[in-house]
Amino acid sequence: MAVWFRRFLARNGTMLSLYMLAAVALWMVLMIVLPQLFMLDFSFRHNWQQIDPSRMGGPDDVYTFVNYHFLAYGSPNNPDPFNVVDVTVFFRTIIAAIFVTLFDLALCYPIAYYLAQVARGGKARLLVLFLIIPFWINELLRAFAFRILFGEEGTINAILLSIGVLDQPIDFVREDVALYAGLGYAYILLMIFPIYNVVESLDKNQIEAARDLGASWARIHRRVVIPFAKPGISSGCTMVFMLSAGALAAPQILGGPSSLWFTQIIYQWFNTGSNWPRGSAYAIVLMLSCVLLVLAIMRIFKVKIGEIGR
Amino acid sequence: MSADVQLENVWVQFGDFVAVRDTSLTIQGGEFFSFLGPSGCGKTTLLRAISGFQEPSRGRVLIGGKDMAGTGPNQRPTALIFQNLALFPLMSVWENISFALEVKGVNKSVRRKKADELLELVALPGQGDKMVDELSGGQKQRVAVARALCAEPEVLLLDEPLSALDLKLRQHMRTELRAIQQRAGITFIYITHDQGEALTMSDRVAVMRQGTIDQVSDGTIVYDRPETAFVASFVGENNAFPGRVIEVTQGIASVQTKSGVLHAEVSAVSPLTSGDAGIVFVRPESVRFADPSALQNRLEVTVANQEFEGHFWHLVLQTAEGSVIRMSVMNDGERETYEIGSRIAVSFTAQGAIALAQGELAAE
Repeated sequence: MAVWFRRFLARNGTMLSLYMLAAVALWMVLMIVLPQLFMLDFSFRHNWQQIDPSRMGGPDDVYTFVNYHFLAYGSPNNPDPFNVVDVTVFFRTIIAAIFVTLFDLALCYPIAYYLAQVARGGKARLLVLFLIIPFWINELLRAFAFRILFGEEGTINAILLSIGVLDQPIDFVREDVALYAGLGYAYILLMIFPIYNVVESLDKNQIEAARDLGASWARIHRRVVIPFAKPGISSGCTMVFMLSAGALAAPQILGGPSSLWFTQIIYQWFNTGSNWPRGSAYAIVLMLSCVLLVLAIMRIFKVKIGEIGR
Repeated sequence: MSADVQLENVWVQFGDFVAVRDTSLTIQGGEFFSFLGPSGCGKTTLLRAISGFQEPSRGRVLIGGKDMAGTGPNQRPTALIFQNLALFPLMSVWENISFALEVKGVNKSVRRKKADELLELVALPGQGDKMVDELSGGQKQRVAVARALCAEPEVLLLDEPLSALDLKLRQHMRTELRAIQQRAGITFIYITHDQGEALTMSDRVAVMRQGTIDQVSDGTIVYDRPETAFVASFVGENNAFPGRVIEVTQGIASVQTKSGVLHAEVSAVSPLTSGDAGIVFVRPESVRFADPSALQNRLEVTVANQEFEGHFWHLVLQTAEGSVIRMSVMNDGERETYEIGSRIAVSFTAQGAIALAQGELAAE
């Protein structure tokens, strides 16, 4: 550590080194560590601020599991054995996020492979441009555009009706198709670029060698390209999963009336429910669950955490 | 099993650029055949046309008498060893070697056994469980050969596979490859820009220049009886004396050059007649110190430099009119050195030299 620090100073000069270290430290502490610590602290407190401000700081202002208990079991007069609504939404959110991730992987791996190994020069640049330009549009606007596209009287229904595929419009929003499509589309770049980066560094000769030895395309991908792309696939999946599990705008705008995303419940506790401690507890549970899930899956697929950064 | 490879009027074009021009050739089954040429001469493109990675623009490639048009590289009875070897870094050595069997759905114990046999063949016994990155350059080389042989190809194609190795290892691998070829008994087609490799290993060598084959023959003939000025200057070192042919009698041409009239054998394949523009080529090892009696091909020169290369002394000599002659003298331990600047006479026999029509010379 001391050696590393001396080298770092020598390489960048004292002033610049100190500035860089200070900036990174400030950023880490102020933007990441402190807010999370506050959230953690909140999550173990009573909501006296709203219920009875006079009890704040008094003998009743102690740490408690009441908020976590509420997530699991609901209010004391809940007749069910557990908090059916919140727990169901929680698991549905996680499963839906996994689904969105797998859908994005299936969609983006071929695109990334094509960009990295097949497309040449100008064509590849044009394709990248086509992928990026839609993201110049604000996320909310994109979500509303999907609503127009998928609505009961939307573009897709209009086309399908006019060519006679359907005789009744389908309410894609109610069926959550719009939500999954919107979430899936929102994060495709985060899936494509990590995979692209890794696959691009794969020696073309490896693909040709496998082909020369008689391998079919399916086997070349299974045995040569995908194992090589594993770090990129993991980092793409991690990002898409984390972000779609934590998405708020898309579920808010594209979600059907009966489907709730877990983040929407958190949002309600913070906002209309005026219960920050409970919202914090919910948020902490979501974050920890996602992190643990990602770590578990990485372990199953034998991906080391260091590889993801590549 | 080994198969013939026939090329029939093969052309490969990339847009306006002609990489291979109207090439016809038959490579015999079981032959060790080399394509020798400078980079960019089209030899790798030709190899890719044989392996199936590049369809010829015109003409046909036949392997074992079968037209290969429309047959992909995974369906041809060929295996290619890449210049950078292209071993799979995420597989162990034995998995690399037996990949061709894995593709065919052969079960694991059989694959393992075959991989171990091949490791014996390439003199790497017991290294199957290592990862590729744990091997040295020469070992990787052998693994690449074993991996290709595992596909039981009838024709093995090698694209300058030794170029990344250091000199000693390269020389060793030449012998090794030749031995493996004889044990495996299959056709080897070898691509190289290194004439030493081509001459030591091959039954026959094709010298290529700008997409065409200049000469096909065995190594000694390519070296001793070049048919074009390019072959003479590309394969080995040669002193060139351009001039005009005065007369040709009994297979010996007299050529008027800046260094006087020189006499040299003419090529039986591409003969000269008087009046042609010709070049007399003399190998440095054919240049001798002149006897007082030697009157033919006698040159008065100044020693400009001398280089010591162990088994040879290389002398750089300068004629009065300024052309440079290289001369190699075997180091027999007795030779006295020649002072730089001293004046000596050298000569060569007409049989030790060859007169060819003027043409493109290999770049230095």
